[in-house]
Amino acid sequence: MSEAVIEARNVVKVLGHGAGQVEALSGVDLTLRRNELALLMGPSGSGKTTLLSVLGCMLTPTKGTIHIVGRSTAGLGPEDLARIRREHVGFVFQSYHLFPTLTAAENVQMALDLRGQRGKSAKDKARDVLALVGLSHKVSSYPSEMSGGEQQRVALARAIVADPSVILADEPTAALDGKNGQAIMSNLARIAKARGCGVLVVTHDTRLLPFADRIIYIEDGRIVREEQCREPAPLTPRSA
Amino acid sequence: MPLVAILALRNLFHDRLRLIATLIGVVFSIVLVTVQMGLYLGFGRMVTVVIDRASADLWIMTRGGTSFEGPSVLEMRDRERALAVKGVAEVTPVVTAFADWRLPTGALTPVFVVGTVLHTPGLQPWNVKEGQVEALAASGAVAVDRAYFDRLGVSRIGETAEIRQRPVHIVAITDGIRSFTTTPYIFMEIDSARRQTGIPSDKAAYFLVKLDPGADTESVRLELLKLIPKVEVLTSREFAERSRNFWLFSTGAGAALFAGALLGIIVGTVIVAQTLYASTKEHLNEFATLRAIGSSRTYIYTVIVCQAIVSAFIGFAVAALIGLGVVGFTAGSALPIVITGGVMAILFLLTIVMCVGSGIAAIIQVTRVDPASAFTR
Repeated sequence: MSEAVIEARNVVKVLGHGAGQVEALSGVDLTLRRNELALLMGPSGSGKTTLLSVLGCMLTPTKGTIHIVGRSTAGLGPEDLARIRREHVGFVFQSYHLFPTLTAAENVQMALDLRGQRGKSAKDKARDVLALVGLSHKVSSYPSEMSGGEQQRVALARAIVADPSVILADEPTAALDGKNGQAIMSNLARIAKARGCGVLVVTHDTRLLPFADRIIYIEDGRIVREEQCREPAPLTPRSA
Repeated sequence: MPLVAILALRNLFHDRLRLIATLIGVVFSIVLVTVQMGLYLGFGRMVTVVIDRASADLWIMTRGGTSFEGPSVLEMRDRERALAVKGVAEVTPVVTAFADWRLPTGALTPVFVVGTVLHTPGLQPWNVKEGQVEALAASGAVAVDRAYFDRLGVSRIGETAEIRQRPVHIVAITDGIRSFTTTPYIFMEIDSARRQTGIPSDKAAYFLVKLDPGADTESVRLELLKLIPKVEVLTSREFAERSRNFWLFSTGAGAALFAGALLGIIVGTVIVAQTLYASTKEHLNEFATLRAIGSSRTYIYTVIVCQAIVSAFIGFAVAALIGLGVVGFTAGSALPIVITGGVMAILFLLTIVMCVGSGIAAIIQVTRVDPASAFTR
């Protein structure tokens, strides 16, 4: 069995204060492994995005523990959590969240810049990863000059360029047509296997089910069911 | 160029209207501060210009004298006592007096008469552009500065006017001898000045003391104070400093200039802070994304500070050009604005500090950004 890249144990997250408090997560246990692409599905308000935020170290759990690549996040401050995010986690957002004043290559390079990787090697790496997602002809284009599918592929390139152990994707195909959505998921699945990272995708889209190694169902802040579709296996060794 | 700087610059220049507003704020502020500081420096020089140009190691004056234009009455017999002190090479008397100048049109204007000895180095008019200093030897001969032609109603050598109802005629015209009090200096030969202003021949306002080469200034000063009662003996530097302090601080003129400069800084800071804050707010989602993908706070602060510094550079460059224009425009006027290299360096640092300080509000805003908001947008 592959190494766990995320381990969440009995995670509780209470949002709000006073009378407006809501328990968004109620004792979630979840493990994500390398080479695995898991889908997190559930109705609106079930706690999917909150769980993604907690697993991505953007929110701290009210109770329970999170380990990212074996490292506990307990007691870490905002800067330490940011360091874990930039060192181990890649994010793909529903609305892409590209920087409009930067080109595709610069957007991808940003993830490396945050890690202190600069200069020609960073530029080359950004271009290579853009080529990997089929955008070698768009390196100098600005987001406004690209389609939604192309923008999401740039966002995907940004998420993977620094070789994270974990990729967290929030409805990555929601704003895309079927063809572009399939293309994004194909890329995600291929990259997860090729690079040996664990990928957790929040989605409502049942058309993505064929890409999943495992499907996790969440309702009212609890994992209610899991389906193992197939045993995750790498396409190539992680070093490739 | 680092990517953080590219992001900062692109965002800054992307919002062109906001950038223009920022630059207007910086330029307005720095031009205002430049003018105020330039006036301060210009006034500072004008206040001491006569003292600085006088050929004197020591000034003897009435105790408590505040400035060159202040009242001072000495006995001429004390000049002999001063000359008797070892180390004193020359003691030149100077008389001064406010008087009325009657223009050829009949109107009156106040002037400040400076009576000087022509045959010894003491206090003679300088920067003579027309005529000769020696011509002041004639009775009623005066030297005036061209900056005050309009005030005095004259513009050429040979023209006449009256001081205290006695006729005077222009024999020399100077350039750049301006008075902080705006009352024009009128240079005359000392005896002529006495006759013109009614100062008795046994009185003088100042004695300008020239020391022998190698003489110890402090020893001479102490000896002069011993021999001559009820006087003060100051070096030129001390007298200049006292005059500057009197005019710029005791009168409140300096405080007004400082207040103007401070106002400029405050207005500039508020404008730049407002525009940087608005710009940051507009890009808050981008900062949240940066934070979400693992950026440190320092990285985000660098973006804001970078924008502030670039605004400062551009704003300062424009303000400096305007400032130099103002300096050139006022150079020949009665109120010249003086800008030195040191002032420019201070203003540049001030601009940087002001702009970076203005970014604090924006930084506070970014500090509160929630990285998880990237998932909910």
